[in-house]
Amino acid sequence: MSAETHEVHRHPAPTGFIRKYIFSIDHKVIGIQYIMLALAAVLVGMIMSLLMRLNLSWPGKGWPILETLFPTGAPGGVMTAEFYLSLVTMHGTIMVFFVLTTAPQGGFGNYFLPIQIGAEDMAFPYLNMLSFWVTLVGFIVILLAIVVEGNATVGHWFAAFGQSFTGGSGTVGPIGGWTGYAPLSALGKIAGPGQGAGMNLWVISIAIFCVGSLLGALNFITTLLNMRTKGMSLMRMPLTCWAWFTTAVLALLSFPVLLGGGILLLLDRIAGTSFFIPSGLYVSGLLSGSNPNFPLHTGGSPILWQHLFWFFGHPEVYIAILPGMGATSHILATFARKPVFGYRAMVFAIFAIGLLGFFVWGHHMFISGMSPYSAIAFSVLTLSIGVPSAVKTFNWLGTLWGARIRFTTAMLFAIGFVSLFVAGGITGLILGQSSLDLPMHDTYIVPAHFHLVMGVASIFGMFAALYFWFPKMFGRFMNETLGRIHFWITFIGVYAIFVPMHVMGIVGMPRRYSSFTEYRFLDSLHPLVVLVTVAAIVTITVQILFYFNVFWSIFKGKKAGDNPWEATTLEWTTATPPPHDNFAGVLPTVYHGPYEFAVPGAPNDYVMQTDVGADVSSSDGHNGHKH
Amino acid sequence: MGRVLAVIIWIITLLSVLMFLSGKWWFPAAISEHAPALDRQFLITIVVVGISFTAAQIGLGWMVWKYRDTGSKSDRATYSHGSNRLEVLWTVITAVVFITLGVMGQSVWASLRLHDAPAGSYTVEVVAQQFSWNFHYAGKDNKFGRTDPQLIDDSALNFVGLDSSDTASADDSVTTALAIPVNRPVELRLRSKDVIHNFWVPQLRFKQDLVPGMEIKVHFTANKVGKYELACAELCGMNHFKMKSYMLVLPEADIQALQAMPQEQFQARVAELLNQYQLPSY
Repeated sequence: MSAETHEVHRHPAPTGFIRKYIFSIDHKVIGIQYIMLALAAVLVGMIMSLLMRLNLSWPGKGWPILETLFPTGAPGGVMTAEFYLSLVTMHGTIMVFFVLTTAPQGGFGNYFLPIQIGAEDMAFPYLNMLSFWVTLVGFIVILLAIVVEGNATVGHWFAAFGQSFTGGSGTVGPIGGWTGYAPLSALGKIAGPGQGAGMNLWVISIAIFCVGSLLGALNFITTLLNMRTKGMSLMRMPLTCWAWFTTAVLALLSFPVLLGGGILLLLDRIAGTSFFIPSGLYVSGLLSGSNPNFPLHTGGSPILWQHLFWFFGHPEVYIAILPGMGATSHILATFARKPVFGYRAMVFAIFAIGLLGFFVWGHHMFISGMSPYSAIAFSVLTLSIGVPSAVKTFNWLGTLWGARIRFTTAMLFAIGFVSLFVAGGITGLILGQSSLDLPMHDTYIVPAHFHLVMGVASIFGMFAALYFWFPKMFGRFMNETLGRIHFWITFIGVYAIFVPMHVMGIVGMPRRYSSFTEYRFLDSLHPLVVLVTVAAIVTITVQILFYFNVFWSIFKGKKAGDNPWEATTLEWTTATPPPHDNFAGVLPTVYHGPYEFAVPGAPNDYVMQTDVGADVSSSDGHNGHKH
Repeated sequence: MGRVLAVIIWIITLLSVLMFLSGKWWFPAAISEHAPALDRQFLITIVVVGISFTAAQIGLGWMVWKYRDTGSKSDRATYSHGSNRLEVLWTVITAVVFITLGVMGQSVWASLRLHDAPAGSYTVEVVAQQFSWNFHYAGKDNKFGRTDPQLIDDSALNFVGLDSSDTASADDSVTTALAIPVNRPVELRLRSKDVIHNFWVPQLRFKQDLVPGMEIKVHFTANKVGKYELACAELCGMNHFKMKSYMLVLPEADIQALQAMPQEQFQARVAELLNQYQLPSY
């Protein structure tokens, strides 16, 4: 890329506080804003999961604080079934959208993609700012759902928008789960508590989120394709950049489908259309069309919603985890002091996962009533996605083979990522088979599987990323002792939470039940339910250490130099923290691949991408080269 | 640090595997004809899963145990960018194993889903609603009376919208528990009045959504007499967790007797049988 191209994007450093830290167009500030948003959202989602565990382990026990906060939702401090289900819905929605989609891509991607490719900023800085603020509005709208459904007074204010907007049902939002299956989600208040105002706000929030993510995706793709610095060929990019790029492509292709689906759902709810509502429904004692509260619907398809939702929903899994894979590859190589094993294979595997990810959405719908023939196609394609996933695992192990590992907290979390990715991903071999889905569908093995792989593994990728890049972002290290305690307890804790859930699934425990007391075949599982809750309480508590570490270290952490980890990529060639235009006016020139560690004959055990001379490999790719 | 991490990874792996092997928590004993094949496929799959999981974790632990940084400046890591032969090898091996598993996993599915129910199947219409089950039987004429959503009236106890003007409906019965014959194919015609529900009996190894606006036909053969819990396994609203019923698998003679009874007698007899049979011990 020539210097002239970059001239267009140059903008002066802001001076006022508001333009510098609030409405900033600097990708680094926007990245930190996304990370802060995720840190706020994950706190809300985590508290919700804690409440759910309390209810499952000690059914009928009153928790006074709950009664104070939600007198209708938890009379006497005991959660109602609908309150529990609204926690399920909001936990899932907040975690998937506002945590797993914001921090990995909008947060770390925004901050480091431009620096790692040697650009001064994103291609469209104003669009970048807009995508963050749109996402934040989406988050405020979803929080509003909690208040509107949870508080009767506020709920009735919303009646001004029409009958279907009334809230105050004593929940914290809709009760249909994060998948929002129609027609439960489409029918309005008649379908149950939380399905009025809370559901409307839920759909609107997600639609807003889709717009924000789309703007971000366009920016990432354009930036990566057009703004790489001199010498930064595609195959010299760090694997993080490949992951963010693929994620952006997935987001670009999948979010519009959800956006469309969400708008149709909203129309079904407030405009009387019937995209997802079939004719002849009889709900809560009323026939469709017989009452003004339940207008006539005809001709819609509930399964259509599932197709639209999962056409987005499955790529979303990869949107959440690919950046974690990128960060893990990057961090493993750095602290293994070794080149990434099979760089080219890693790139192909990322692409294969992204591509196949678009052809497997039907494995969420084996028992939905869709054609059994399509189930066979979806099933075999799903199993084949395990191949590039296994390739990545082998290459991570290959990277560690013959290494000289430095066990920083970032490295511990990256190794933890590999362990959890294997543990969570491998059960996809069970759930991906249509036959085995007959007993397994919607039992606890499903949340066990996806929490380990897309939830916890992704979060481990982000923990690794934060401990790793924190010194570059804030000029100070996070505390390593606190970091290690955080790692050990979290690593053991998440296994103790999610492994027992697999056996619960084998016994047949259905997910999304507010209580298991009705069924005798589940009685033997109660000790495991309590074990999971205890593990969850410990694991959640230790996150307080993590939050403390983040905010304490911003101001008081040990000061860091420009390249404290002796790493090779471009973010470590510039000042700490990087100046407004990233490279103080002189864009770097790249001579090497991204992971030149332990090069024989080189003065240090790492060769930075900008180091002149000591040509260690061909200009394009390294896989298979023997040195 | 590396050794501690390795040991922790190995202990977690061991405990995880033991939890599956303990035998304390497993499927309830199966009662359907397709179940043994399905359980066998599950076993094969979980063995592959277990071996892959264990091997990967042992390998990971071994790497972090063995390849610690020694702190010496001159002692560097092995300089390698990978090996194409290894890439090809492990790609091919995993592709063969995973795709074979996936193809094998289709046989039970195909036997249940790609064919209609065999002739002579016992047919029941299932109509789910928030938060209860209705089972509609054809009666001795073996013909289902006409149903119409317009005629549904829960307050008049016409839960399935049965048209009393249709002569075929005169001998029909509707109950809240499912009674089916043993060792004879059963066809369920699944419908829902309001939202999506799911028919789930763990012992059957079988699950299917009931989707409003659709009639979904499924079939299976139960081969053990008894009373089993029937649950809804698709989130359907606030009381989803207690949308419970029972499935009675009865000797053919009991079914024949039921089929000949008028509705009140049918319902009373089913209630009696529900009391008579015990749930399997878990």
